[in-house]
Amino acid sequence: MILMLRRIFSLMIKEFRTLLTDKKSRMVLIVPPVAQLIVFGYAASFELNHINYVVFNEDRGVESRQLLSGFAGSDVFVRYGTISHNAEITPLLDTGKALMVLHIGQQFSEALHRGRPAPLQIIIDGRNSNTAMLALNYVREIVLSFNENWTRRHGGARAPAVLMQRSWFNATLNSHWFIIVGIVALLNLVVTLEVTALSVAREREAGTFDQLLVTPMTPFEVLVGKSLPGLIIGALEGTFIITLIVLWFRVPLRGSIAAVYLGLFIFLLSAIGIGLMISSLSVTQQQGLMGAFLFMVPAVILSGFATPIENMPQFVQWLTYLNPMRYFLIIVRSVFLQGASFDLLWSQYWPMLLIGLANLSVAAVLFRKRMY
Amino acid sequence: MRGLIRKESLQIIRDPSSIGIAFFLPVLLLLLFGYGVSLDARNVAIALVVEQPGPEASSLISGFRQSEYFAPRVMFSIQQAERAMMERRVDGIVWLRSDFARQLRSGGRAPVAVIVNGVDANKARLLQGYVNGVWLQWLSRTSAELGRPLHIPIKVEQRIWYNPAVRSRNYLVPGLIAVIMTLIGAMLTSMVVAREWERGTMEALLVTPVRVQEILLGKIVPYFILGMGGMLLSVAMALFLFHVPLRGSLAALTLASALFMLTAIAMGLLISTAAGTQFVAGQVAIVITFLPAFILSGFVFDIGSMPIGIQWVTHLVPARYFVAIVQTIFLAGDVWPIFYINCGWLILMAAVFFVIIRKKSHKRLRI
Repeated sequence: MILMLRRIFSLMIKEFRTLLTDKKSRMVLIVPPVAQLIVFGYAASFELNHINYVVFNEDRGVESRQLLSGFAGSDVFVRYGTISHNAEITPLLDTGKALMVLHIGQQFSEALHRGRPAPLQIIIDGRNSNTAMLALNYVREIVLSFNENWTRRHGGARAPAVLMQRSWFNATLNSHWFIIVGIVALLNLVVTLEVTALSVAREREAGTFDQLLVTPMTPFEVLVGKSLPGLIIGALEGTFIITLIVLWFRVPLRGSIAAVYLGLFIFLLSAIGIGLMISSLSVTQQQGLMGAFLFMVPAVILSGFATPIENMPQFVQWLTYLNPMRYFLIIVRSVFLQGASFDLLWSQYWPMLLIGLANLSVAAVLFRKRMY
Repeated sequence: MRGLIRKESLQIIRDPSSIGIAFFLPVLLLLLFGYGVSLDARNVAIALVVEQPGPEASSLISGFRQSEYFAPRVMFSIQQAERAMMERRVDGIVWLRSDFARQLRSGGRAPVAVIVNGVDANKARLLQGYVNGVWLQWLSRTSAELGRPLHIPIKVEQRIWYNPAVRSRNYLVPGLIAVIMTLIGAMLTSMVVAREWERGTMEALLVTPVRVQEILLGKIVPYFILGMGGMLLSVAMALFLFHVPLRGSLAALTLASALFMLTAIAMGLLISTAAGTQFVAGQVAIVITFLPAFILSGFVFDIGSMPIGIQWVTHLVPARYFVAIVQTIFLAGDVWPIFYINCGWLILMAAVFFVIIRKKSHKRLRI
C-alpha cells in the first residue's frame, strides 16, 4: 500500500516536472487563465450601455422634446446626432454608426392632444437580433413611463391592471454575473485538458511510455499518478478564479462554498477522464491536441455558457447531457446567484460523477491495452 | 520552391488529419453550432399562478398559451410556483392574486406580479419583453370589454432592418464561420513549424539552398488553399442549410475571406515559430484563438458595450474584423466603409505577423 502510494507520488512529481520545468510551458499554464479571467470578465456581457441613437424629429411641439428628454436622461442611450431627411437613415444604420433612429412624425404633438395614438417610429439595426430586442425593451420602458405620466396629467382612462416586474436572484438583471461565474467552468476545462490531454501522448512520442511498462506500476496507479497533477492544478486555478470573482468582480456568493467545491472536484474528475482518454487514444502530441480541441470547442459552445440550452433543438439538448460542463455551469450559477443547497443540486452532481467515472475507466482500460 | 509546396502538399495528403480538419471539421462544427446556438427563446416555461379562477384569468392564460414564446403551466399557489422556480423548472412566474378580478372590475389598478429568474439575466430581459407583449394585448382587449377602452398616448412602431424576423441564427451563423475558420487556420499551421523543429527536419531544410521566404511560402500556399476550401463549404452551408440571406456580393465575401484566412494562417505560423515545441504551440493556439474569437470578436457579446480598455484588446483579435464584415455582407449588403476599414485592419495584422515571422525565422535559421 505504502509502496503503491510512493509510486503514485513519484509519478505525480515527474508529471509536475515535465509540466513546470520548461519556462514556456509554465507560463502557458499560469498567465493565460489570469489574463483571460480579467479580460473576459469585463468583456463577456449582454449588457447594453452605449446604444447610439439618432433623432429624426419632424414635430415642433414641446411634447416630442419631453419624450426625447426621457432618452437623454437614460444612461443606456447615447445620442449620436440629429437628422432631418429620410435619406440620411440608411448610411447611418448601414455603417453601424447608430443602432437606431427615433422618428417622430409631423403630427405627433397634435395627435397626442387629440387623444389619438401618436406614433413613435423606431428604425433599428437588427443585424444582432439580441441587441435589437434588448434595445427595443429599453425604448418601451421609456415610452411606458412617458405614457403613465401623460395619462396622469391629462386624464383619460387608466389601465385597469398594472404589471409589477421583479426579478429574483439578480435584482438589476446584470448579465455580467451570469457570464463571469461561468468562466470558472470555462477556464478550468481548458487548463485541465491542456494538462492531461498530452500527458500520455507525449510519453509515447518520446518512447518513455515503454519505460513505464517495465516499472512495477499497475495501470490504476499510472491513471492516478497522471490524474493528480490535473486535479491539483485545476483546484488551485479554480480557487484563484473563485476568489477573484468574489473579491474583485463582487459577484454575490449566496450558497455554500462547499457545494461549489464538490462540483469543481467532480467536474475536474470528468474533465481529466476525458483528457486522459483522448491522450491514450492518440499516438502523437498533435493528435492529442486535436482531440482536446475537438472536445473543448463543442463542449464550450453547447454548454449553456453563452446561449441557453433550452433554445437548442431537442437532439442537441440530448447531446448536452453528455457534457460535464453543462452540469457544472448549473451548479456554480445556482450556488452563487440562487443560493442553491446540496439537495437541489443532486440532480447535477450524479450525472457528472457518472461521466467522470466512465471516462476514467475507459482511460484505465486503454492504458491496460497499451501496457500489456 | 515548387518542391517545397509539393512537399507540404504531400504531407497534407498523406496525413489525412489535416484534410479532415479543413473540410470535415468546419462542416461538423457548423452543423452542431448552427443548430445549437440560438438566442431566440421559444416555449419558455412559466408558471401562471391563478389564486381564483375566473373569466379574466382564463383569457390571460389563453393569451400566454397562444404566444409562441411561452409554455405556461397553471398553478394554484405561489408556494408551488416558487418551488418550481428554485428547481429551475420554470423561468418566470405570473401571479394573479385572489382579488384580481374584483379589483379589475372595480376600476382599481389590479396589480399583477411578474417574477423572472434573474440568474440568466439576458434571458430574463427578453422574457420580460415577451410578457409585456402578451400583457398589452390582453390589457387592451380586456379594457375594451370592461367598457373603458385603453388610451395609449404614444404607440411604438418598430421597423427592424436587415433581420426583420429577428432570427438570431442570421447573425450567429456568419459569426460562427469566423470563429470556426480562426480555429482551422491557426490549428492547421500552428503545429507545422514546431513539428519540423521537433523532428529535426528543419535542419535538413536549412542545408538546402532554399531561402526563408520560400520555406514560409511553401507552408502557406497549401494550407491557404485547404482553408479556403473549408470556408467555401461553410458559406454554402450558411446559405443553403441555415437559409441566412446573402445580401452583399460574393466577390466581397470571397476577398474578405481570403484576407482573413491569410491572417489566421499567419497567426498560426507565428505561434509555431515562436513556440518551438508542439506542446507550447498547441496550448498557445488554444488560448489565443478559440476563446478570444468566441468572446472578444463581437460574435455574441456587443463590443460597443465593453469597457474601453477591453475594446482596445479586441482590436488584436482578427476574428473581430471578419465578424463585422461577414455579418454585414450577409445581412445588410456591401457596405463599403465597413468593408474597407475592417479589411484594412486584417491586411495590417497579416503584414505585422509576417514581418515578425520573417524576423524570428531568420534568427533561428542561423543557430
